[in-house]
Amino acid sequence: MSLIDLSGTLLEVAFIAYLVATLLIGGSIKSKKPDGAQNRANKWGRIAILVTIIGFLAHLGYFITRWIYSGHAPVSNMFEFTTAFGMFLVGAFILIYFMYRVTALGLAALPIALLIIGWAAMFPQEVTPLVPSLQSHWLTIHVITAALGQSILAISAVAGLIYLLKDVDTKKKGKQRFWLEAILYFLVLIVGNIVVSTVFNVAGYEAQYSYVDKNGIEQQIIYNVPAIFGMNESTTLTEGAMDPLIEVPAFIHGLKLTTVVWSIIAGTIIYILIRLITRRRIADMLQPLVKKVNLQLFDEIGYRSVLIGFPVFSLGALVFAMIWAQEAWGRFWGWDPKEVWALITWLFYAAFLHLRLSKGWEGNKSAWLALIGFAIIIFNLVVVNLVIAGLHSYA
Amino acid sequence: MKNVVCVCGHENPVGTKICANCGRPLTEEAKSQKVLDMKYDGSAIRSKTYNKSIIDKVWNFFSSVKVGVALIIITLVVSSIGTILKQEAFVEAGNEAGRAAFYEESYGSFGKLYYNLGFSDLYNQIWYLVLVAMLGISIIVASIDRGIPLHKSLKNQRVRRHESFMKRQRVIAEGTVTTGDSSNTIDAVEEKMKKLNYKVRREGKALLAEKGRFSRYGPYINHLGLIIFLVGVLLHKFPGIYVDESMWIREGETRAIPGMDGYFLENKEFIFETHDNDPTTAQIQQGVNAVAKNYQTDIVLYKQADDAVPGQTDQLEVVKEYSIRVNHPLEHDGYALYQMDFRLNELKEMSFQLTNKDTGVSLGEVAIDLRNPKKEYIIDENIKVELMEYYPDFSGFNNEGAPQTLSPNPNNPAFIFNMITPEHPDGEISFVAIQQTVEPTGDNTYKMAFSGIDTVNMSGLTIRMDKTIPILFVGGFIFLLGLAIGSYWNHRRIWIEQFENGRIRLAAHTNKNWFSIKKDLDAITEYAHLPQYIDQLDDEKETENDEDKKEES
Ligand code: HEM
Repeated sequence: MSLIDLSGTLLEVAFIAYLVATLLIGGSIKSKKPDGAQNRANKWGRIAILVTIIGFLAHLGYFITRWIYSGHAPVSNMFEFTTAFGMFLVGAFILIYFMYRVTALGLAALPIALLIIGWAAMFPQEVTPLVPSLQSHWLTIHVITAALGQSILAISAVAGLIYLLKDVDTKKKGKQRFWLEAILYFLVLIVGNIVVSTVFNVAGYEAQYSYVDKNGIEQQIIYNVPAIFGMNESTTLTEGAMDPLIEVPAFIHGLKLTTVVWSIIAGTIIYILIRLITRRRIADMLQPLVKKVNLQLFDEIGYRSVLIGFPVFSLGALVFAMIWAQEAWGRFWGWDPKEVWALITWLFYAAFLHLRLSKGWEGNKSAWLALIGFAIIIFNLVVVNLVIAGLHSYA
Repeated sequence: MKNVVCVCGHENPVGTKICANCGRPLTEEAKSQKVLDMKYDGSAIRSKTYNKSIIDKVWNFFSSVKVGVALIIITLVVSSIGTILKQEAFVEAGNEAGRAAFYEESYGSFGKLYYNLGFSDLYNQIWYLVLVAMLGISIIVASIDRGIPLHKSLKNQRVRRHESFMKRQRVIAEGTVTTGDSSNTIDAVEEKMKKLNYKVRREGKALLAEKGRFSRYGPYINHLGLIIFLVGVLLHKFPGIYVDESMWIREGETRAIPGMDGYFLENKEFIFETHDNDPTTAQIQQGVNAVAKNYQTDIVLYKQADDAVPGQTDQLEVVKEYSIRVNHPLEHDGYALYQMDFRLNELKEMSFQLTNKDTGVSLGEVAIDLRNPKKEYIIDENIKVELMEYYPDFSGFNNEGAPQTLSPNPNNPAFIFNMITPEHPDGEISFVAIQQTVEPTGDNTYKMAFSGIDTVNMSGLTIRMDKTIPILFVGGFIFLLGLAIGSYWNHRRIWIEQFENGRIRLAAHTNKNWFSIKKDLDAITEYAHLPQYIDQLDDEKETENDEDKKEES
């Protein structure tokens, strides 16, 4: 087996381990019998953590072997960066676990990590050579530290989600119930994206089109999903492939829009199926799992993870980024969209910390803020990389 | 204004919420709290004290954390607006009209509005700077407003606190020792607390154990770092502190370096290399067939001799030879030259034959250097070509019919020539662009017939010098240091008092991380057999046992 195949296998091992660990945690929490329930829960919980750690080590193995194989830190394209982000998220979960010894945190942390890794796998996975601006040690240091900081910050959203699952009354109609369900629906959309990409991939769907780009130059593009939205002035090249239903202007990327719409369609179908089969909201289904959660403790975990993550994020996403930008371009700051969104993330968490200084912004509100913070991080990863093109754009 | 006198006799400055001496709550608000607000216990905050003059009002405005948070959020939202469309700095258009046109053409009427509102250059707008400046002022004012009272309250801590203070702490305990003799309890606590690295002070049977006090200064240190950093950024606006120039230099050329007086640069060779990998999926999808591997300009840096006439190139001394690459700038004397851009096969020279339209006979050739065109090209005494106007990047005619140029780069050169020939000693005027000739009179005898081009590789370099870097570095360092101090350490305090009858009262406070202080409390509770503490904020119904019982029933 070559190094790169080994690397791929290790990633699969990690994925399966996280999946198993999630189920174990779910089981450990659900055990109901009065006699020794606490003990059993602890035992299963400990096994779950052990499996998580094994998964994490495999994940780390993927990262290191890929690094050795490609000769550069595997954080240089969407697949690599997102996979690494998933790894750091699990790492941050393990770290916080050993500080607070609460397995319930894994109930949200591991599924989110699974979704992130699964989503990452939908991007091309080949090793890509580095363009000159990426050939710098500072870049490696900057990206890894920033991703690490983001993943620790993300733990606050994990704690916040669990907090809200317990705290929000899902029996009563209201804004909180709506938004909580909306978040869970969004997670199902990611599953939808993974399902759609996988199905059409397995089916071998491929259609080629030519189009005219922003600069008026004719280009070609391959769709791996049936084209709902065509690129600007597109013509179908593949015989028998369907013509796009709707054509979009040049500043919109038809393929990306198509993928998004497909994901929404598939995700919504899955969501409706879940609702029809269980006859309950997803939040309702999850609520029994978090019944025993101590809200005070989860509030504190949320706050602590921001406190731990914020300095790491500041160091990686701002300070190291500035040092590298100074070295590569002679200016430590250039108002590139990615830079601006790092600043926005930083300002947001600064606001989060200051709000907690005043009364009334702990607990419930703080949990919502943590989720908004995570939304900003994900926006920065997805939208800024894929939609708002800048110097850092990966696609 | 009068001081507030506490029941214990201590005089506290106006605005104090908790008596500095005994800890009794002084205000009605504090008295009504189940758990005291311990931020600046025992000292007055200026903004909470004075609210008369206009200065007080401004001061109070900026010192408010609510205002601070509002400023942070506004900055955040406004900044995000600047990422909706490309900023002007990333638009390649030579002048204002070109940029305005770019936004309208690329993004329609939304783009036009965006441009007109100034969002296309958002981060350089004066109101954006004002916003950031207000944020800075807020940080300074709030830090002074709270930092000084905090420092005072931390320095003047009493060991013995009043019951009303103790009972209004979040974590408290009261009762008798659980087992054994209670005469040594406080000694045992002291011993154990010291083992746990607390600083312990005693007043008879009262004890204050404290740990990590320095971490309370963390936010003030990080705010100081931020301010130093912001000052460094502001200094960029002053002349002589910051140089940001760029230059295009052809292979084989030697040019003065803009912004770097007395220095010259020779471009020996520009090298462009690509990876020889098999195309990846992403490459195929995007129709790119090669990935760039290296952009490099091999240069020689020269310095003019000290006694040379400025601008003269004959007395140059070699300073160094270097290969400028991306991420590897040439650094010298505080300046740095960066590889930023390049043009392969750029039009360098265009040649024309001055040709008689009827006979096709040429009177001679004119070669025009497109970066440095001459005013006049003399073929012989009475044959010459005057270059009246030159449009390096011709983009069409405007409403008045005048030719336009997009940029100073010779991408699409166009010329207005005046051809002076024996037949026409006053000259004939002709507008010549690629594949296009316009003659104002329409009946010229001669034309400038295109006869050839010469191309060359060019390298685009940026010259930067930034004297504020050390300031930014110091600011950044102090910021991170303060951040770490405030985030990774916390301030824990435990008060214990034993009364005549042997009963024990305990209260504990930490500014963050209650989980860890409870672990410390567990340790001393067990070691010294103290009564079990309770967390007053833990809701009774949250306790796990209750939940379990409900589940069973
Ligand atoms: C983006 C800029 C800012 C950053 C990065 C920042 C950073 C911080 C951090 C990390 C803390 C500690 C928070 C905690 O431990 O939970 C803090 C505390 C604080 N900040 Fe800021 N801050 C900023 C702007 C401001 C502004 C504009 C104000 C003005 C009102 C302000 C006032 C305060 C105050 C009063 C504290 C509490 C200090 C204490 O605990 O004694 N900060 N700041």
